[in-house]
Parts: sequence; structure tokens; C-alpha cells
Amino acid sequence: MSTTLWIIIAGAVATYLTRIGGHLVISRFERIHPRVEAGLNAVPAAVLTTLVAPAALSAGPAELAALAVAAVVGLRGGLMTMFLTGAAVLIAMRHFIG
Amino acid sequence: MSDRRGEFLQGMRLSVPVVVASAPFAILFGALAVDNGFSVVEATLMSASIYGGASQLVGIELFGQHVAPWLVVLSIFAVNFRHVLYSAAVGKHIDHWPFLKQAIGYFFLVDPQYAEAERKGENGEQVTFAWYMGMALPIYVFWVAESALGALFGRLIPNPHAIGLDFLLPIYFLGLVMSFRKRPRWLPIVVASAVASMIAYKTVGSPWHVSIGALAGVLFAAAMPVRSDESLTSEETAEVVS
Repeated sequence: MSTTLWIIIAGAVATYLTRIGGHLVISRFERIHPRVEAGLNAVPAAVLTTLVAPAALSAGPAELAALAVAAVVGLRGGLMTMFLTGAAVLIAMRHFIG
Repeated sequence: MSDRRGEFLQGMRLSVPVVVASAPFAILFGALAVDNGFSVVEATLMSASIYGGASQLVGIELFGQHVAPWLVVLSIFAVNFRHVLYSAAVGKHIDHWPFLKQAIGYFFLVDPQYAEAERKGENGEQVTFAWYMGMALPIYVFWVAESALGALFGRLIPNPHAIGLDFLLPIYFLGLVMSFRKRPRWLPIVVASAVASMIAYKTVGSPWHVSIGALAGVLFAAAMPVRSDESLTSEETAEVVS
């Protein structure tokens, strides 16, 4: 089997474990330690930030403008609005700046 | 048992906005997966088996960067880790289902599914399997089909750079980061992760900046003084695709 297939299968198993695991494990505890809970709460933002920040580090003006506009729109609008606005800025600026 | 059909239809109605909103991401996922070296079958299989948009996009991004396979899997796990909390919370509403139905139900526990089930349960209504699957099945079927479409037609795009295909993911991930901004200490956590990941990117190098940056944010959050009013609520699950 190819590496890609292994990644998909292992990723699917890992994902299913997160979806059933909370019920099987966490619900048995009366209370999660507040520090553990704070750490768990931080996981998605912390992980996802690492996928944006280095990309911004090596980005040009079009990419930076797209991120900046998207961030401002994201304060108000939903995920879809902000994504489409950011994409529009990126495409327009790449078109005009090259 | 006649209202089982009604329950299913009621759930189906709730799936409509989710189906509409997740369509562009499913197509984008398919196109990017092929762009990052997946076959059409592999891209479709990933959508069908993982069924978690953000984690799938993270997975193919890291795969494209030739990150070690175990780290790709670990990242998928990390992005999906929030489901542990959904699962723990939603468990009390579906405890009365037979075991097999519970096992099936948890597979479909994506963000909007959790949000609606939690809301229904908190309103004192019974969360039935028919209602749950009425919502889950359309979202799932469209998600998988649109991923396949994106993968099929993604390779027809002549100049991916001109339409920004290579930089759409960072914009999307920024949106996901911002969807969590109501959580306690969001900004300092994001700053800690951003700084740590950028330093790691420049020194240790990719792909380690992902783990190092994430660890910095999580440890920072755990090390801060505990506030009593901090608890996880369902409102911050703003992202459409899980």
C-alpha cells in the first residue's frame, strides 16, 4: 500500500477516536483539571496559527494584503465571507502587480 | 414510529445551510489534494473516511511539504482534537441509542452536527437517531461528492498561481484561527504560537515549526493562572466545516 493510503487510514482512525473518545474517556471523569482544560482549549488556535504565521513570513505584498483584509473582514463576517474577500484581494493584486 | 420520517426530514432541513457553505471547501479540498500529489481516488477516500474539512486541508498541505507521514497523521489528530470535547458533551444526549447507532453517530460528529445536537438536547427535546442522521447524511454525501468533483476538475486549472490556489489555505486557516477568538486568552495564545512557529521555521525548519508552535501556545495556556469563569461553550464553534 502507498504512503498516501496509510496516511489517510491512520488519519481516519485518529479522527474517529477523537469523535468517540470524548464520550468513552472524558465523560468518566467528574472534572477535568482546569490547566488541562485550558491547554485543550488552546489546541485548535495554537495548531492553526502555525500554518498561517510562517506562510506570512515568506509572503509578498499581494499575500500580506490578502491576509490583512481577510483578518479585518473576519472580525465582523463569517468564515465564508472572509475567505472569499481574502481570495478576491489575492487574485486581484496578483493580477495587477504580477 | 410514523414520526421517524418527520424527524429525519426535520434534521435534513438543518443540513441545507451547512451543505451550501461547505461546498466551496469540498471542491477546494479536492483541487488542492490533486495539486499536492493525491490521486482522485485518494482525495475522495480521504473525504469519505476522515470527514473533517480543516484537518483534511492541513493534511494535504503538510503532505505537499513532504512532512514525515506520522507528523501528518499527528497534525490531523491535533486539528480534530476538539471533537473529544464535543463527544464528551453530546454523549449525554445520545446515551439512550443502541451501541451500534452510537458508534455510527460519533463518526458524523462534525462541528455543525455537534452544535445542533447540543442545542436540541439543551432545549429538552429528544435527540433521535433519525433526526441526527437526517442532518448528517446530506452533509456527508455532498462533502464526499464535491471533493471528488474538485479533484477531477482541479487538474484542468491552467495556472493555479493566477487564481491564488497556492495561498488560499493560509487565508482559510487564518479564518479558522479567528473563529476561536472568543476563547479565553485567544490573542496571547495566537501570538505565542505565531512567534514560536516563525522562529522554529527559520531555525529548526519545516515541518517542526508546526509542533513547536502549537506546543508553545498550549503550554502557555496551561501555565497561565486559572480563571473560574473559563468553560467551553458551543458558541465558538463558528467554523462551518469541521
